[in-house]
Amino acid sequence: MDLVIARPEGLYCPAGDFYIDPWRPVERSVITHAHGDHARTGNQHYLAAAPGEGILRSRLGQDINLQTLAYGEPLVHHGVTLSFHPAGHVLGSAQVRLEYQGEVWVASGDYKVEPDGTCAPFEPVRCHTFITESTFGLPIYRWQPQAQIFAGINDWWQANIAAGKASVLFCYSFGKAQRILHGIDASIGPILSHGAVEPLNRVYREAGIHIPETLYAGDFNKTDPLLRQALIIAPPSAGGSSWIKRFGDYSDAFASGWMRLRGTRRRRGVDRGFVLSDHADWPGLLWAIEQTGAERVMVTHGSVGVLVRHLREKGLDAQGFTTEYGDDEEEAGA
Amino acid sequence: MKAFAELYANLDATTSSNAKLAALQAYFRDAAPEDAAWAVYFLSGGRPRQLVPTRLLRDMATEASGIEPWLFEESYQSVGDLAETISLLLPESTYTSEDGLAVWMEEKLLPLRGLPPLELAERLPALWAQLDQPSLMVCIKLITGSFRVGVSKLLVTRALAAMADLDSKRVAQRLVGYTDLSNRPTAEGYLKLIAAESSDEHAQRGGQPYPFFLAHGLAQPVEQFDALLGAPTDWQVEWKWDGIRAQLVKRDGRLWVWSRGEELVTERFPELHSLVSGLPDGTVIDGEIVVWKDAVQPFALLQQRIGRKTLSKKVLEDAPVAVLAYDLLEHQGDDWRNHTQAERRAQLEQVVTQCNQPVLLASPLLTATTWQALAEQREASRSLGVEGMMLKARDGLYGVGRTKDMGVWWKWKVDPFSVDAVLIYAQRGHGRRASLYSDYTFAVWDGPPGSERTLVPFAKAYSGLTDEEMRKVDAIVRKTTVEKFGPVSSVTPSMVFELGFEGIALSKRHKSGIAVRFPRMLRWRQDKAVDEADSLATLQDLLT
Repeated sequence: MDLVIARPEGLYCPAGDFYIDPWRPVERSVITHAHGDHARTGNQHYLAAAPGEGILRSRLGQDINLQTLAYGEPLVHHGVTLSFHPAGHVLGSAQVRLEYQGEVWVASGDYKVEPDGTCAPFEPVRCHTFITESTFGLPIYRWQPQAQIFAGINDWWQANIAAGKASVLFCYSFGKAQRILHGIDASIGPILSHGAVEPLNRVYREAGIHIPETLYAGDFNKTDPLLRQALIIAPPSAGGSSWIKRFGDYSDAFASGWMRLRGTRRRRGVDRGFVLSDHADWPGLLWAIEQTGAERVMVTHGSVGVLVRHLREKGLDAQGFTTEYGDDEEEAGA
Repeated sequence: MKAFAELYANLDATTSSNAKLAALQAYFRDAAPEDAAWAVYFLSGGRPRQLVPTRLLRDMATEASGIEPWLFEESYQSVGDLAETISLLLPESTYTSEDGLAVWMEEKLLPLRGLPPLELAERLPALWAQLDQPSLMVCIKLITGSFRVGVSKLLVTRALAAMADLDSKRVAQRLVGYTDLSNRPTAEGYLKLIAAESSDEHAQRGGQPYPFFLAHGLAQPVEQFDALLGAPTDWQVEWKWDGIRAQLVKRDGRLWVWSRGEELVTERFPELHSLVSGLPDGTVIDGEIVVWKDAVQPFALLQQRIGRKTLSKKVLEDAPVAVLAYDLLEHQGDDWRNHTQAERRAQLEQVVTQCNQPVLLASPLLTATTWQALAEQREASRSLGVEGMMLKARDGLYGVGRTKDMGVWWKWKVDPFSVDAVLIYAQRGHGRRASLYSDYTFAVWDGPPGSERTLVPFAKAYSGLTDEEMRKVDAIVRKTTVEKFGPVSSVTPSMVFELGFEGIALSKRHKSGIAVRFPRMLRWRQDKAVDEADSLATLQDLLT
């Protein structure tokens, strides 16, 4: 019997009668992480990993009916043993392990295999069936070590200071922004963050993650010379807005896995593209799948067809799951 | 190679001309002359013939990447650029070759041409392993002959001129013909480009043409012409011919014919060779090569002829060419570009008369006292087989490229033909539009409304939409895809576009029996249903 099936409301566990990251309101939801396409409002009950509580409440409302479990802590519900395991995607992100009558399934949500210091690193969990994402499921997607990317951002920032320009870095405001803040060299100059980014910085700081001091961009005048040295972290939606005009002659950049392709880089129309993703790259996906030891793999959102075919050729029983998960990076990158 | 790849990345990353100029200057300042020679060649549009057949290149890259061919194909579809795809798939190299562009071209890449597959299979992966990803992409573009980056020749000229402290017109003059296939870039040739001015330079010019002076589009309503242009009498007005822009250079007892792409095309037009006896040495004429049988013939005829490798007697009889001369750039060995348009025209007429050969005609002048009257004459453009009119300032000098600082030429074209057509196939684009459905096939109905009818494809177009519109079309294509044939998707017909095109001709190669020239999307007719699109009959009416 399948422990998880695809239903119009979302991924459903029939034995336990609950949904994982449902996209329509349901009675019981298990949430892998707080990105908008996975954590939606309107569910009666929420269950999530404890480190994600702050973010979930700040995004879905302080008063949601939320129960949390520490990573690894089991909960038995209708005979299904459920536990959360780090997915390394963003703060509080988790894979969901389900065990029922000796059968083990793991739903990964979104994951990244390179540890980044802002969330618990991805932990492979042995299982019979693994539900994997496939956002970057093509062999053209291979990430460089993040240290190289951060060094590139530092260099770009310093060059802009030398040229008397502000540095505007667009990135997804939850997860990517904090990872960048955590990774860059904050001694280079002042850091400003957009109003959409700052509240998330606060939650990360409260969780004990080191995020350097950030100033609120809205507090500065266009003429303030400090802006010419500043790194400004802003969501993609701020591009082209009147908000951005206050930075005068600035250089802009975009941080996303999609920046790997010249076409998306150019479509964005920014000066620089930094290839930095919170998702696994192609080798990362294959490594993670292999580590689970799973013989059966269900592939969700991304390059479903490609990954399914590739896994089948490797002898695994793979199939696609239709979901309504968009992709945080897709939205930002397209 | 690394420095050139960095230059490519810098040029590619910006749309600002100033930033591009700065990047070019920084590159040329540091580059060795032999490397700069090749850089100038590629940046101003030079393309050596393909060094390795694409099929082989793909197969070898797939092999070296250790992936299945279908996975390579999927990757290519997503990236939209072969060189980039290969560079993203090959094993990442940690070491990068210090060799310059010239060494890469002359010692590593050019020798690949014509090698047997086995030899290539040995050499290519060894070369690839020497380059990091950005350099690798550029290297493969050089191999496939598809190197392109958003700089104009004018910008390259300006960068070189600024660096060498020369007049940019002088550099432009020296650059003419630099990218012709017969020219191999060398350090010596590059140093000549940027050398200080010398007195014997003019005498050393051989068959060199002058940089072409290019026209600007004029789209304002005729009512504004008086305010914009002044009196029509200040302008030399001609038909805008639909042929091949060319320069005839007669010097030292020889004739050279150069195309607007600065390609030497003398051999393609044997009927012009007789001009060698009609034109005096030291003559350069700017004009249009057209197929001529008492009147200008459709461009389609000329096009068929250009495509041929060998010109049979029949082709020469069916499609004989003549030159419609409209400017004189050199006379009696002197550079006449600093004479006014009126002076040049008067002298040109004498040269043409004295030449007295039917293959050289002066492009007739059109006169009227008001712009309105000219606009009425222009209405005859289609029936005369011309694209509209050219307006040239009578006191203007002959400039370099698309400039207005010395004089100005306007092209005043007639509105394009247009029909409402239905999008039936979509294909993902390349480069900036990779992974977006951006190339479309359009169809019209083969019968009147109410009849039992089907959609017949007749044109492909990929330009004319804004990025925003294209994203919307892309989303609709993805939702309405019926079937996929590789990169092409057929869709449920739902979108109507107003298509514009310049010319229309009967064609045996097209299902619709009709071929159109320069089709592009003028407007997305979201107000129109598929049933309201035009039919083949509408197109056939345009033929007459």
